[in-house]
Amino acid sequence: MPSRTVVVGSASGLHARPAALFVSAAAAQPVRVTIRTGDGPAVPAGSILSVLALGAKRGTEVTLEADGEGAEAALDVLADLLVRDLDQEPASSTETAGTGA
Amino acid sequence: MPELTGVPVSPGWAAGPAYRLTEPPPLPAPRPVTDPEAELARAAAALRAVADDLMRRSEASSDRAAAEILVAQAMIVRDPVLEDSVAAEVKAGRDAAHAITAVLAAYRAGFESSGGYLAERVADLDDLRDRAVAVCTGVAMPGVPAPGVPFVLFARDLAPADTVGLDLTRVLAVVTEEGGPTSHTAILARSLGLPAVVRCPGIRDVADGTLVRVDGAVGAVSVGVDEQTVAATGAQEQARRSALAAPAGPGRTADGHPVALLANIGSARDLADPGVPVAEGVGLFRTELLYLDRTVAPSLEEQIATYAEVFRVAAGRRVVVRTLDAGADKPLPFLAQGREPNPALGVRGLRLSHRDPSMLDAQLTAIAKAAAGMDADVWVMAPMVATVDEASRFVDRCRAAGLARAGVMVEIPAAALRADALLGVVDFLSIGTNDLSQYTFAADRECGELAALLDPWQPALLDLIGACGAAGAAAGKPVGLCGEAGADPLLAPVLVGLGVTSLSMSARALPAVRAALATRTVAECRTLAAAARAAGDPAAARAAVVNG
Repeated sequence: MPSRTVVVGSASGLHARPAALFVSAAAAQPVRVTIRTGDGPAVPAGSILSVLALGAKRGTEVTLEADGEGAEAALDVLADLLVRDLDQEPASSTETAGTGA
Repeated sequence: MPELTGVPVSPGWAAGPAYRLTEPPPLPAPRPVTDPEAELARAAAALRAVADDLMRRSEASSDRAAAEILVAQAMIVRDPVLEDSVAAEVKAGRDAAHAITAVLAAYRAGFESSGGYLAERVADLDDLRDRAVAVCTGVAMPGVPAPGVPFVLFARDLAPADTVGLDLTRVLAVVTEEGGPTSHTAILARSLGLPAVVRCPGIRDVADGTLVRVDGAVGAVSVGVDEQTVAATGAQEQARRSALAAPAGPGRTADGHPVALLANIGSARDLADPGVPVAEGVGLFRTELLYLDRTVAPSLEEQIATYAEVFRVAAGRRVVVRTLDAGADKPLPFLAQGREPNPALGVRGLRLSHRDPSMLDAQLTAIAKAAAGMDADVWVMAPMVATVDEASRFVDRCRAAGLARAGVMVEIPAAALRADALLGVVDFLSIGTNDLSQYTFAADRECGELAALLDPWQPALLDLIGACGAAGAAAGKPVGLCGEAGADPLLAPVLVGLGVTSLSMSARALPAVRAALATRTVAECRTLAAAARAAGDPAAARAAVVNG
């Protein structure tokens, strides 16, 4: 299955605003994407509760997985969001990213 | 007309109709589920109603940060995984309210055990649960009332989640039954400049819409006032605010005795607060932010960059840096501390460095390197110092790192009692009144029931501050104060009379304190201080100063 393993880049980790942006983007993808830390269970990337519960901090390595048509493109968009420091970016640039465009 | 009294925590006058923060509903007794499909529909409808309400409030909010938080809350309620889990609970025989409660309780436990940021989000989950249960049981959702006119907010206490939705243009003042001078309610109200009174249990019986008048300086709430009083109070408050907006300058008494007025900050970002430029510097730079939520200690370079940013913005002014104030109640993952039975009495603040001084030395080195070549007047102080020996060792480490101005905080009664001996080895003292109250009165800061003990007007606390002030005067060394007590305009002249030479507070509180100091001479301040100390209790001390 196509996957991407990246390191969380946001200062606050995958929490608060970065988590909300990531989950919105994941939910907007045409394929179902999962996320996990290390060997932990894969949870739906479009579920804010599941993503928060990962407790991923800045520097935590996370793995995204998706299958089907559009999976590679979806993973690229989401992996890019994860590595950026979304806490540092002005709202306008992250909102564009959040639509998954 | 009943006159209620509470603990004053944020000065100012306000009058208008009182409305109560709707309390969370109790969880009803479980109902047997006969039609799981219908019950599931009820649960889904409740979640939808909660999400819609959050989104409505988000769109209506003028505060961008508040709006974002509400949207994030709505995302949780709309989480497809949440709905699936609720469906499973309903199929297992739980009614809608209990199914939603059970599912959120499971996430709550997970969040709580993760600690840190997630543990702080537990209140958000509780809020969502309360809202959903309210919809399921057909009662009003808890939260900030929206009567459509400016109003005085009454509440049992305010949780951070409640205050997120506070629309400043609507709330005139805040009065709570519980909470204390250092509670979330008090700190929030002061930072927003809203009049506030806490520990005022009498408001429980006041009906929604009753006209009330609040005096946040003395803690009085008049119930059942007339329209004329409302209008007069509005004019009085407006006059007070325009006086505060008058041109600023350094803090001075009426006879020109300087009292440095400084700001408390947690990061360079706080320096962007519009109140900070009028401060004469930073009296308390908390450095914990740099360490929280970290699995490894911040690197030397990162620390230098963080401190340098603050020193750059504060060029030409004083910056008092407090070294790391962490411990068992604010645990740091990389310190790997064991659990302590009494964290407030455990290994926290400077005590952490006794076991391993390397982190403190790294921090002092970073501060010294960041200060080099900068124009800021950098002072450094240690938290949680009890003895002269501890202070002396801290000063040695500061000197070794190349820091010229080294002081200690006075938060422990032992330090206040030996202030003169401490001043024999340090360059200055800074009184942290929040902790000094807690340790003097053996009263947990988080325990609302003990708030009366934590009142900064307690004569015993004033005695300890006075001991520090007298020692400072004798030694010719500065004695600052950086707790919430410094933000009380009525208390400020008393503190100066006790010998305090600088006051540090939330930037927003500075204008009121500056205005209060400007009305009193040093001699008057001393008279007021003596009167406050002679009083038997906080109420009498306040009365003595109001009438003095």
